[in-house]
Amino acid sequence: MSQMNRRRFLRTGGAVLAASSLPFSVVELAFGQSGPEDFSFAFISDSHITHIKGDKFVRNWDRGMIQAVAEANLLSPRPDFVFYGGDIAQLGTPEEIDHGLEILSGLRGDVHHVMGEHDYYLDLGEHWRKRIGPDHYSFDHKGVHFVVLNSILTYDEWTHRKWDTPMQRMKEMARLDNPDGSPFMVGDSQREWLRKDLANISKDTPIVVMSHSPLQKIYRGWNFWTEDAEQVQELLKPFDKVTVLYGHVHQIQYNQIGNISFHAAMATAWPWPYPETFVQEASYLPKLTVEMSRADPFFERDGTGWQFINMHTGDVDVHYALPDNENRVVAFNEQQDKPVDSLYQDESKQIPPQDHY
Amino acid sequence: MNRIRYPLTQAALAALLLTTQSPVLQADRFTEADLERWTQEYMAVVDKGEKLFHGGLENENTVSCDQCHPDAANTHPETYPKFQQQLGKVAVLGEMVNWCIQNPLESDPLTLDDPRMVALQAYIHEQRRLVPMAPGKH
Repeated sequence: MSQMNRRRFLRTGGAVLAASSLPFSVVELAFGQSGPEDFSFAFISDSHITHIKGDKFVRNWDRGMIQAVAEANLLSPRPDFVFYGGDIAQLGTPEEIDHGLEILSGLRGDVHHVMGEHDYYLDLGEHWRKRIGPDHYSFDHKGVHFVVLNSILTYDEWTHRKWDTPMQRMKEMARLDNPDGSPFMVGDSQREWLRKDLANISKDTPIVVMSHSPLQKIYRGWNFWTEDAEQVQELLKPFDKVTVLYGHVHQIQYNQIGNISFHAAMATAWPWPYPETFVQEASYLPKLTVEMSRADPFFERDGTGWQFINMHTGDVDVHYALPDNENRVVAFNEQQDKPVDSLYQDESKQIPPQDHY
Repeated sequence: MNRIRYPLTQAALAALLLTTQSPVLQADRFTEADLERWTQEYMAVVDKGEKLFHGGLENENTVSCDQCHPDAANTHPETYPKFQQQLGKVAVLGEMVNWCIQNPLESDPLTLDDPRMVALQAYIHEQRRLVPMAPGKH
């Protein structure tokens, strides 16, 4: 089946698609009980389900989420679970969160959730927590320690400013380029919780941290940023292998800072420009990142997608499933000690659509 | 000879205008105050465009331009007119603005001289100021 036909088939006939034709290859390696086992999980993020009125929702964003769910259900072997990376809603209303969860309920297997700012700033996460559970937690799976943080908190003075309505606060934070916005942070109490959570974990246990915002500083103006990123990184420093997976940025980003690998998720809703394309301000995209192809807006799902994460020996391969574009694989390279794109890392291999300006 | 004949009242009005509008005789002279006012006029339209761009178009589905284009990034105003390969023709920026209004925003297109279209483009260009012109670039 040609690439083009395969994509069309996935869009139109996903439910009956034979799983073997999905464009993913899962590395199968057996490990003893002494070390981490191989396993995989799916990573879906940033659907921004938008309520119009009554039973009407923005069709485009619904479709992105529906497609990701349908494709993730076709993975074989089955992923052990699914992570949802936050921003299930656009304006945090119960209608949006409930509608998004209804679409996600079609996923086979357990789903772990991360809080996004669009889920939080209407009611400070109340409905989200009621439907989903705590916004920061940890668990162990096959020798890997997973930590979920709520990284989209901000200064109390901003959160508890005298807003006309909670919706005004939500809309201010929902606007990415808002000059009156406020930077994301994990905050003192959650960092103290993290310190305690990690205290009894042996240093050779692979750690995977899930957050909504990047736990590194790329561009403050769009909150591609976490104010206390360095302090969180400091807590993760003693461990041999750490991976941070985050949403929010709607684009391919990856980086290596010391022992920590970073990977961003595509949105299922829409792609965001790289910060350097806003020429009036300085920004700091990791040099390691080979950018995604510029999206063709005439293809509604181009520049969107979801991820399939392969964990082996505690390292992470991220498979980007890109509906109207060629899939990408960014895998940890043990020789180079950093994530590397399987095709495009070498500058001479990069293609004109990866040039953003 | 077919000469256009103006009614007397209109001819008189034209003569009156010519004699009272003395600044017409100094068309090449303007002051710092003029420059300031013209900039203010422009920036007022930019500000209007900024509001339209961030949810001010009142389209029913509530999707706004800034959702895909924060700070109007990735709009490349300096590259228009260009061959817009998806449309199969050379297009101006306003035509692509209308494409977005009709598709992701699911609304009706604006005429190219609609003050809202002018304001949107003023904001887009202002955010891209000082980038060299590159018509035709993809």
